[in-house]
Amino acid sequence: MSAEKGYVGLGEVGEMEESIGLNLKATELRLGLPGSESPVKSTSLGAKRGFSDAIDGKWVLSGNGKAGSDLALGKDASLFSPPSDNTNNDPLPLPQPSKPIPAPAAKAQVVGWPPIRSFRKNSMATQPPQKNEADAEPKPGCLYVKVSMDGAPYLRKMDLNNYASYRDLSSALEKMFSCFTLGQCGSHGVSSRDNSSESKLRDLLHSSEYVLTYEDKDGDWMLVGDVPWEMFTDSCKRLRIMKSSEAIGLAPRAMEKCRSRN
Amino acid sequence: MNYFPDEVIEHIFEYVGSHRDRNALSLVCRSWYRIERCTREKVFIGNCYSITPERLIQRFPSLKSLTLKGKPHFADFSLVPHGWGGFVYPWIEALAKGKVALEELRLKRMVVSDESLELLSRAFPNFKSLVLVSCEEFTTDGLAAIAANCKWLRELDLQENEVDDHKGQWLSCFPDSCTSLVSLNFACLKGEINTGVLERLVARSPNLKSLRLNRSVPLDALQRILARAPQLVDLGVGSLVHDPAMETFAKLMTTMNKCKSITSLSGFLEVTPRCLTAMYPILPKLTSLNLSYAAGIPGSDLIKLIRHCKKLQRLWIMDSIGDKGLGVVANTCKELQELRVFPSDNIGQHAAVTEKGLVAISMGCPKLHSLLYFCHQMTNAALITVAKNCPNFIRFRLAILDATKPDPDTNQPLDEGFGAIVQSCRRLRRLSLSGQLTDKVFLYIGMYAEQLEMLSIAFAGESDKGMLYVLNGCKKLRKLEIRDCPFGNTALLTDVGKYETMRSLWMSSCEVTVGACKVLAMKMPRLNVEIFNENEPADCEPDDVQKVEKMYLYRTLAGKRKDAPEYVWTL
Repeated sequence: MSAEKGYVGLGEVGEMEESIGLNLKATELRLGLPGSESPVKSTSLGAKRGFSDAIDGKWVLSGNGKAGSDLALGKDASLFSPPSDNTNNDPLPLPQPSKPIPAPAAKAQVVGWPPIRSFRKNSMATQPPQKNEADAEPKPGCLYVKVSMDGAPYLRKMDLNNYASYRDLSSALEKMFSCFTLGQCGSHGVSSRDNSSESKLRDLLHSSEYVLTYEDKDGDWMLVGDVPWEMFTDSCKRLRIMKSSEAIGLAPRAMEKCRSRN
Repeated sequence: MNYFPDEVIEHIFEYVGSHRDRNALSLVCRSWYRIERCTREKVFIGNCYSITPERLIQRFPSLKSLTLKGKPHFADFSLVPHGWGGFVYPWIEALAKGKVALEELRLKRMVVSDESLELLSRAFPNFKSLVLVSCEEFTTDGLAAIAANCKWLRELDLQENEVDDHKGQWLSCFPDSCTSLVSLNFACLKGEINTGVLERLVARSPNLKSLRLNRSVPLDALQRILARAPQLVDLGVGSLVHDPAMETFAKLMTTMNKCKSITSLSGFLEVTPRCLTAMYPILPKLTSLNLSYAAGIPGSDLIKLIRHCKKLQRLWIMDSIGDKGLGVVANTCKELQELRVFPSDNIGQHAAVTEKGLVAISMGCPKLHSLLYFCHQMTNAALITVAKNCPNFIRFRLAILDATKPDPDTNQPLDEGFGAIVQSCRRLRRLSLSGQLTDKVFLYIGMYAEQLEMLSIAFAGESDKGMLYVLNGCKKLRKLEIRDCPFGNTALLTDVGKYETMRSLWMSSCEVTVGACKVLAMKMPRLNVEIFNENEPADCEPDDVQKVEKMYLYRTLAGKRKDAPEYVWTL
């Protein structure tokens, strides 16, 4: 059946391709003869080269010698121009690249894949890369800050990105530090089922004995809760559950600072 | 047999809106056909070449709303060469001649000239609503005509069109007397607009519910506009870039707080992530969020945003959110029904999505029924899990960026995974495949996908059997589009009658020859079989044994079309 013979498969990989550093198998276009080889591993030769990454610019591969089909990737060419006649039953000979394949720097891809509307594609093309204005470092997926509590023997670390609001943060702190306030410290840390210690801590935190503060990007110690949550996570570098006696004078500075910065 | 007078039946038919139901009604008996056709106001034509406008107007004299689709779906991905067709002008001309009281026109993938917009704006005094999706060839001059002449315009909705922006003052063409606007979407326009004019337009449009701006509208203008339209339900922010005057930003936050009705948010074509805090007041009420064009929002900010969107039903987002971010979506958006994850340009970055993100979504969002997912890899195990968790899929479209990638864990094709999807999701209507696939997946599809109406295949299959499984098994198949698969003449010609039960078939870079297409065209006179010969000179008759680059066939009552370009041969 012509269907089985007609395709110029990239299934055959010879030493020549491997020595050039080109792994045709990595292109994974399994359009060759059925059952002709084992499933293609995409991780041979180390680099995981995806279908599109492996095709760079114009590849000119000759097919069975007779038809000499060109596999050119241009604007309007499809991936395969099957040979007009393919009468031989032999497995296709090694496709020979006619020029050395450069490392896949540019991402010249198959026409129409991935299937994204051209409007969207063009729109993305004119987009500037993600703006990193004031924050020069790329935003990490997690935002770990040290948390200390006055009088506790050691500090903790927490990921601010796990919380969406001050309330979440506050309950997480309650869980984390409840063992310290009552001198109970199991070897496995805080027991979240121990409601009494948590509520005691909550009372402590909400009473005037302790105050939750944070150090911001400028190194100043601020009272937690004045600014919108996102602004807080943006500028918070560490947290400190501070004894009230030490916290005098913090609150007014926070709002002033917010105003002057913005 | 009618036991009721016509008027009663007419009245009953008024309650029947959907096209399918209406079509069914018209088949019951002659008098129902007659009554139905005289009372039908909305018509949907899935292929503009399947029927002539004259015939349409003859059958439905009460026509008020027309939806037309032009080019084949793969035109979206640059597979259909320029000039193929889908011109709307002859339709508008015919409707005008036929004195149709047109009120609404919705076009998708059609060629819309300024001339046609001009004619449209003048020929129908009651015209109210224009929706253009993925259309091309018009400019802001055409929009100016619509603005100027459509006295009762309620809706001007432009989605993802290629518009030539002449930087004219098309917005100014809305007369002062125009106060009827309900929906205005010009997000796809590239040029500047006069924000003062826009503000005044918004101010005199008390019914305005949907407003989507383009990137030229800055933050301060956005604030002023929103202040005049607190009743908005759907907002598309053009640009939200840091304004040095923080007062404006604070004003915007106050204004956002007053917009209590916004449930749909989109845009952010240009954005400073820090400014997103202004949107936080409306996030908890959102049911629809489209950030698929917001390339300027890094994944971490996307995640922060999503945590507030507990009511989301529809989410369009970029893969910069990452698998972890999708986990957050799964935990937060329990009402999610539709998810689309688009590839950002950062191919290769670790933040892109894999099968893990999809599995997380399937576990957290039981109501999910529509999916478009661009990812770097997929596994059979993941698909099987997703199929188990979400048996309600209606649309399932998977696009692995590496089109023929096998399951990276087992190196197997993804046949079993997709097989699980079709077996579990009995209501599946639309399916797009990718990854390494053999004929087996088509065996599964033919066996289980009983409701399947649209199937998109690329770089898959091993032999004609694959295509035959689908043609034989999927009784409700309407659209089949295939590219770069080893399906040939046997598959094409085994059941030619099938194609009259379908809207269309697209095959490109397959094994089909010119000769086979000729045979098909001869056997089936009510199909238009078009082959595209881009590389041959126009006068050169292709050899029968030559393989066809691109073939598009569709059923039609209109016969061979007269507007085909040179490279299209209708056999």
